[in-house]
Amino acid sequence: MDIRSPLPGVFYRRPAPELDPFVGVGSPVGPDTTVAIVEVMKQFFEVKAGTTGTIAGVAVADAEMVDAGQVLFTVRPG
Amino acid sequence: MAVSVLNPGLSTTVQDAGRPGYYNVGIPPSGSLDQYSSLAANLLVGNGEDAAVLECTYMGPELRFERPATVAVTGADLPPRLGGEPRPTWESFGVEAGDVLSFDFLRSGARAYLAVSGGFDVPVMLGSRSTYALGALGGVEGRALAAGDELPVGDADGAAPGRSVPEALRSTHPKHREIRVMMGLYDHRLTGEGRRAFLDAEWRLTTLADRTGFRYRGAALEFRERVAPFGAGSDPSNIVDAPYPIGSIQIPGGVEPIVLHRDAVSGGGYVMVATVISADMDDVAQSAPNSTTRFVEVDLDGALGARRRRAARLDALREAVG
Repeated sequence: MDIRSPLPGVFYRRPAPELDPFVGVGSPVGPDTTVAIVEVMKQFFEVKAGTTGTIAGVAVADAEMVDAGQVLFTVRPG
Repeated sequence: MAVSVLNPGLSTTVQDAGRPGYYNVGIPPSGSLDQYSSLAANLLVGNGEDAAVLECTYMGPELRFERPATVAVTGADLPPRLGGEPRPTWESFGVEAGDVLSFDFLRSGARAYLAVSGGFDVPVMLGSRSTYALGALGGVEGRALAAGDELPVGDADGAAPGRSVPEALRSTHPKHREIRVMMGLYDHRLTGEGRRAFLDAEWRLTTLADRTGFRYRGAALEFRERVAPFGAGSDPSNIVDAPYPIGSIQIPGGVEPIVLHRDAVSGGGYVMVATVISADMDDVAQSAPNSTTRFVEVDLDGALGARRRRAARLDALREAVG
């Protein structure tokens, strides 16, 4: 399973620069778990996992631009 | 009330053909940024050309229809779903009372247009239903849609579903674009090197791209030495305040050019090195962050020729769909 960005913008793994990432490899997630923020037009959009499982990989580096539909995380189901 | 907003998307606004005639007092034309796609959506559902549509930026809303209607989605490739089932773009389809319309992720472009038969019937302000959010004017209470909004829809004669825009008349949205500009009025402030850099650079659209302006990154432009005239700021990119045409490209500090679009501010003190020709403003509207653009210089004849070809394409659209 993949978690994709619903919109284009800048991908942030943390809620604030001094805080820990929302999730990392091994983190359990549920459908409503916030896994990242994507910023566009000065708005910060929370990306939800949308699935249940464990984060298996992080596909994009922090603060990189992403396109809509781009894979952000891979998830091991279960 | 005919359409309920379950989820507004990122920034969804009511727009129409615009509110021309008040820019001299600071109220911009507003209206759909991609006028071609907006017109196509109205034609597909049998609306007049001045009917209001929804402009959906990067993400689609989730809407529930409270009565039957014909709808169409054009512009960006933002795939619609009705009750979870895929529906086409650039083609009208029917909805029944209680149906929920949602959207998949954006595939290309930036702004999708959703028309409903009868048009979104918000109050007309200064001759237009368009939302100008900076001025809290038009649309739904002068703002983007919010969850819980109830959108009124006008009475429709009702075009039957199934109208379609021929393939050749559908917009496509490449990741790289060439946008035509006329140089000026202030390109004399650039050095020869600065001017070349402006036209040679591959400009990448930043996330600061909204209805007011589109900000790009990609090169630093060199200005000529000068003594700042009275009334101008000290930075070489400052001028004595001047009116800003829609499409003008200002470049604060010589970096990050900004193309002003239909919600622009009407004047200010930044040098405008070039202006996007009117025929290419729809393409600017469909540029998404991280896509790239090269600005290509044309002369006045080139710009007017492009305007005529765009008018012919609009007529071809009316002929094929209307």
